[in-house]
Amino acid sequence: MTILGGTARTAAGDGLLPSAAPLQLIDPDGRPGQNPGELTRPESRILLELYRRMVIGRRFDQQATTLTKQGRLAVYPSSRGQDACQVGAVLALRDDDWLFPTYRDTVAIVTRGVDPVEALSLLRGDWHCGYDPYRHRIAPQCTPLATNTLHAVGLAHAARLKQQDQVALVLLGDGATSEGDTHEALNFAAVWRAPAVFLVQNNGYAISVPLAKQTAAPNLAAKGIGYGIPSLLIDGNDAAAVYSAVREGIERGAAGQGPTLIEAITYRIEAHTNADDAARYRAADEVQHWLARDPIARLEAYLKTAGLLDEDAAARLAAEAERFADRVRERMNIDADVDPAELFAHVYAQPTAALEHQRAALLSELEDSRQ
Amino acid sequence: MTDVLSPAGVTCGTEPTVAPVTMAGALNAALADSLSADDRVLVFGEDVGTLGGVFRVTDGLAARFGESRVFDTPLAESGIIGTAIGMAMNGMLPVVEMQFDAFAYPAFEQVTSHLAKLHNRTRGRVTLPIVVRIPFGGGIGGVEHHCDSSEAYYTHTPGLRVVTPGTPSDAYRLLRQSIDCPDPVVFLEPKRRYWAKETAVLTTDGPAIDRAVIRRPGTDVTLITYGGMVHTGLEAADAAATERWDVEVIDLRSLSPFDDATLVESVRRTGRAVVVHEAPGFAGYGAEVAARLTEQCFHFLEAPILRITGFDVPYPPPQLEHLHLPDVDRILDGVARLQWDDNA
Repeated sequence: MTILGGTARTAAGDGLLPSAAPLQLIDPDGRPGQNPGELTRPESRILLELYRRMVIGRRFDQQATTLTKQGRLAVYPSSRGQDACQVGAVLALRDDDWLFPTYRDTVAIVTRGVDPVEALSLLRGDWHCGYDPYRHRIAPQCTPLATNTLHAVGLAHAARLKQQDQVALVLLGDGATSEGDTHEALNFAAVWRAPAVFLVQNNGYAISVPLAKQTAAPNLAAKGIGYGIPSLLIDGNDAAAVYSAVREGIERGAAGQGPTLIEAITYRIEAHTNADDAARYRAADEVQHWLARDPIARLEAYLKTAGLLDEDAAARLAAEAERFADRVRERMNIDADVDPAELFAHVYAQPTAALEHQRAALLSELEDSRQ
Repeated sequence: MTDVLSPAGVTCGTEPTVAPVTMAGALNAALADSLSADDRVLVFGEDVGTLGGVFRVTDGLAARFGESRVFDTPLAESGIIGTAIGMAMNGMLPVVEMQFDAFAYPAFEQVTSHLAKLHNRTRGRVTLPIVVRIPFGGGIGGVEHHCDSSEAYYTHTPGLRVVTPGTPSDAYRLLRQSIDCPDPVVFLEPKRRYWAKETAVLTTDGPAIDRAVIRRPGTDVTLITYGGMVHTGLEAADAAATERWDVEVIDLRSLSPFDDATLVESVRRTGRAVVVHEAPGFAGYGAEVAARLTEQCFHFLEAPILRITGFDVPYPPPQLEHLHLPDVDRILDGVARLQWDDNA
């Protein structure tokens, strides 16, 4: 089996550049998009599920922000506004595929099926990762930017070596594209033809730094040609486009055609986290502009026009989302169990003698303080 | 399968073949035997494929095991470690090479933030049985960035094992133990000893991965060292014997975790100790050794535990490195300062 080695290149880089304008299947008013490119609109069943998951995901996101105000979460980076990316990308995954999320992708993780309380462990602070990565094939949320891109490429390459039909989807932001690891990951993935999909959620800001200070490239998808990676520029607030583009990337990877780079243009409606003040670096009318391009409203309008959703069904979904949030709130209001001894349990496969000693000392200290 | 091998890494049936083997040859044999023993083992890095590595440690492995298992990567160290992590998450056993000590620094974030921590982060659900081979230390006349002793950067990071062999046969044993170990291992290869020869049977039998060994028993002083300085320490012990000191030489092998039991027993017995390493002394690995042994052996000590180390300078240019590296004379000078007169 030849896994490595050069791939045929075309001098002009045919097919590697993204479209001039973002691809779109549904426009902000809920009408068919004017620039669908090669993207195929998902079937009605998928569109309805995209809508349902976005409604639940947003309510969950809002609940998580509320939990920070109640001191139940140490911090929460909201993905409100990026709902289409969070949900569209995850629903495009097949069971055996892997997701490599960042700290802002809790909605994506919950959408993939992780228990929301386990998903919030990192931000509640009871452990660094609360879920089993192998259960849903989701890597731990990655906090150091762009480092997860390499993990995704390695996992994808191993899948290819083992001849497993498995694709790795890595989520990153516009800021992360400036990090060296993103460059290395795109390059390794291309050279190895690894079945990896890079989804850049370009939400306009890296905390406070706008894209213009991040890059001089015409767009982030255009970087793909430098690696020999085909790229797509899409409307990241169009869940149908996100789903379809990620699906295309997965199919390419599964067919042995290597990685795909997708840039999804979106916007972070909330501040970087609850601890951030976005008014210091962006104008309120900018947020208003993006609120009018809301991913949920547009899909809802499309579904209603198409006769796929009526007011009753929408109300039922809203109630389902409310119940979901209620349950999260109730469970998050119970104090998490933290075990001091666990500090020492997982540093190595077996605790060293020195760690056993430190564990005993801490437990003894705690025992003394109780007396 | 027997662990008895020729230096070229070819299994030699039932008859043990004992021939002189270099450390580079022993490491090559360890990689070959691990690749043979387990399909999940992958060897990759810069120039490790066709070329066989700049020190030839991977010589012949790509031809023997194929380019799917032994392969060259793009020139990017963070990429090598980062993708190794992903491969390990998917069931592989990567053995990666950083070409030189100082060229491993671009991978520092992947090593310290992920390689060392993912097992802990996931409550043990993700194990990363990865070996990071790094030729380290000086003594070969290398220009800047090719001679660093970077061990303290790694030993200061919980979650990593850090080991370094002092002899060819132990290089074989330790590398195979490292590849079999479920924890991530930073495997430091003393490049000045790559061509040192030893006549020995290569086997995994012997001390476990986390144990120090007494290379030379003695009664007066414990000389604690590792890697490239083991040989120098043994030379110093021989020289000391012609004077009046019987020096016990301990090869740490495992820098992290630290084998307290073996070291404490020795230092309590001899009552004196020196720690020898190439790296700068300030906040160096020897400081930890001296501190933890003082904590555990204070009432048995006749003198403070001394460090005999490189100077607190960036690694010198080739024409000055001999002044920097501890040698027999500097070690004997250190031993002489262990307050012998007070005991008279």
